[in-house]
Amino acid sequence: MLEIALKGSKKYWVWVIILLAAMAVGAGAYIDQFTHGLTITGMSRDVSWGFYIANFTYLVGVAAGGVMVAIPCYLHDYKKFHRITVLGEFLAIAALVMCLLFIVVDLGQPIRLFNVLLHPTPHSMLFWDMCVLNGYLFLNIIIGWNVLESERNQVPHPKWVTPLIYISIPFAIGIHTVTAYLYCGLPGREYWLSAILAPRFLASAFAAGPACLILLCYIVKKVSKFDPGWEAMQTLTKIICYALTTNVFFFLCEVFKAYYSNIPGDKSHFNYLFFGINGHNGMVPWMWTSIICMFIGIFLLIVPALRNNKTLLPFTCIIVIIGTWIDKSLGMISGGFVPSLLDHVTEYSPTGEELVVTLGVYATGLLVLTILYKLATTVKEEVRG
Amino acid sequence: MKKSRRNFLKAAGVTALSIGAAPAIKAVSAAESHTAPHAVEMKRKDALKAKRWGMVIDARKLNDEIADKVVKACRYAHNIPDFHHEPDKKKYPDLKPVKFNQEIKWIWEEEFEHAFPDKETDFLAEKFRGLSFLVTCNHCKHPPCVQACPTQATFKRPDGIVMMDYHRCIGCRFCMAACPFGSRSFNFRDPRPFIEKFNPDYPTRTRGVVEKCDFCAERLAKGELPACVEASEGVITVGDLENPDSEIRKLIDSNFTIKRKQELGTDPSVYYIM
Ligand code: SF4
Ligand code: SF4
Ligand code: SF4
Repeated sequence: MLEIALKGSKKYWVWVIILLAAMAVGAGAYIDQFTHGLTITGMSRDVSWGFYIANFTYLVGVAAGGVMVAIPCYLHDYKKFHRITVLGEFLAIAALVMCLLFIVVDLGQPIRLFNVLLHPTPHSMLFWDMCVLNGYLFLNIIIGWNVLESERNQVPHPKWVTPLIYISIPFAIGIHTVTAYLYCGLPGREYWLSAILAPRFLASAFAAGPACLILLCYIVKKVSKFDPGWEAMQTLTKIICYALTTNVFFFLCEVFKAYYSNIPGDKSHFNYLFFGINGHNGMVPWMWTSIICMFIGIFLLIVPALRNNKTLLPFTCIIVIIGTWIDKSLGMISGGFVPSLLDHVTEYSPTGEELVVTLGVYATGLLVLTILYKLATTVKEEVRG
Repeated sequence: MKKSRRNFLKAAGVTALSIGAAPAIKAVSAAESHTAPHAVEMKRKDALKAKRWGMVIDARKLNDEIADKVVKACRYAHNIPDFHHEPDKKKYPDLKPVKFNQEIKWIWEEEFEHAFPDKETDFLAEKFRGLSFLVTCNHCKHPPCVQACPTQATFKRPDGIVMMDYHRCIGCRFCMAACPFGSRSFNFRDPRPFIEKFNPDYPTRTRGVVEKCDFCAERLAKGELPACVEASEGVITVGDLENPDSEIRKLIDSNFTIKRKQELGTDPSVYYIM
């Protein structure tokens, strides 16, 4: 089936070459990081995780969000999603590839990566995260590939794939839950130490994942002859609306807890994020942008006339993605680490090189996504043509 | 988690094997072999032993001068880089600019309200505000750093010392997020250009690994007291917390002591006499 990816229009190849170029630039920056160490990043002793782990967290959410298509499709046999499920699965694969790359570029000693396998450590959440992320990646590769192959041959997918599909659903919830557990089991990190961190992550994921999927559907419709179907997208918008509202609700619960209880350690992180501490206010504009985006997103998704407006929808999705991205990546990292455990304020912002490495990782993910979507749409064109 | 020298070497060997395949990678790892032979637990007759090692820091006797000496002693004993040190331009021609917020410290001075942020609003604090304290790794009885580490590069010895295996650490920095005391430092860069005077008895580290106070396990094994204790003019005392007749138990029994962030339940082994 892969041969399909080698046949494409001029535009397709231009896009692929742009991505390859971005990957090369990213790799160049990474080589510099590899030889000189993570000193080239904006991270510090106090803020020991940065942009890489932030994007990792967000993309785990995007990967998990695909399950919002899989559940209605496979569990409820919701017909309108049948055409786009494979797009959800392929989005998850691309997102997971980026997640794993972000982990690797964040390591101080990447060549020792396999120590995690040589010395399996069940009491470390990072060990479990690695297990579920890789598990979910392989499940999606197997499921997506087989479902698409069968669609091409116009036969139902093989029987043995069905149990894998069912397993993949708890796995999707699992990857994001365990990713939240990386953060929320750490004593002394008040911003993360919250029982609703995993639910909050899932809520934001179920908004972000489908929002990305809708955007991709618009692009697919534009560049190929395959139409994912307007009705499927309308259902997705409702899912985003519920999930986004839940995410904001959870966030407000956190705000209430911190300020009503008046516990200094709990308040300090929100103070830093939304008002700044002693003039350290690098995050303030970002966080308010995030909140405003999420509220605008909810408004645009609740009002039926706005939700069902075909030209407005992609912009709504972009607003939702910006809002949830800031909240879950930058906000989660800076909120957790600032002020520090010893109550010092060390701010974090990524360096240019860090951004270039990040760009390289995103380009890699987009290349994987492009190839997989090319396969999917071509097969679907063939079948319908 | 029991660690014998053999296990340690085996682990290092497996790591070496797993990365030995590609010669390019091997070249990189060769740069790491600038380490003195150093056993995690050496069995010597004169070794200092305890059931559970603990430390008492007498805040009444501490002043800036002593604190400075203590920090310097630990720095020299463990080849800890000082980014204020001007590196040899000839030996290290192309170095990236220094970022001081990526510093490395094992024991350092911290004002009361930062060493004990949870106690900041107490009236008690007024008396101590701005006063300097020495903070270091607490060698917690229930160490979150050990729990978080995905490779067991951070581990707790039976005698309570929380140790690091610099050869196994993958530099994920999960332990830094997990330690509630900010006791850990990451080698954002190669530390060697910034070491003023090398101590041949202790390994230097490579970039990309985490490090922290190791309770001078290498000195205890030779029957020597920790470097900070020797430099502290009686401010710092170490000993066996489980032995009711030990000197530090007597200090704890006869003085008012506090520990850092006790409410978190990590159970630090470092006590402060107020
Ligand atoms: S103080 Fe931090 S580094 Fe030291 S044992 Fe406790 S948790 Fe680990
Ligand atoms: S940085 Fe090293 S010591 Fe810390 S958790 Fe990761 S592997 Fe363990
Ligand atoms: S016990 Fe040793 S390693 Fe720890 S602070 Fe003192 S001198 Fe440094």
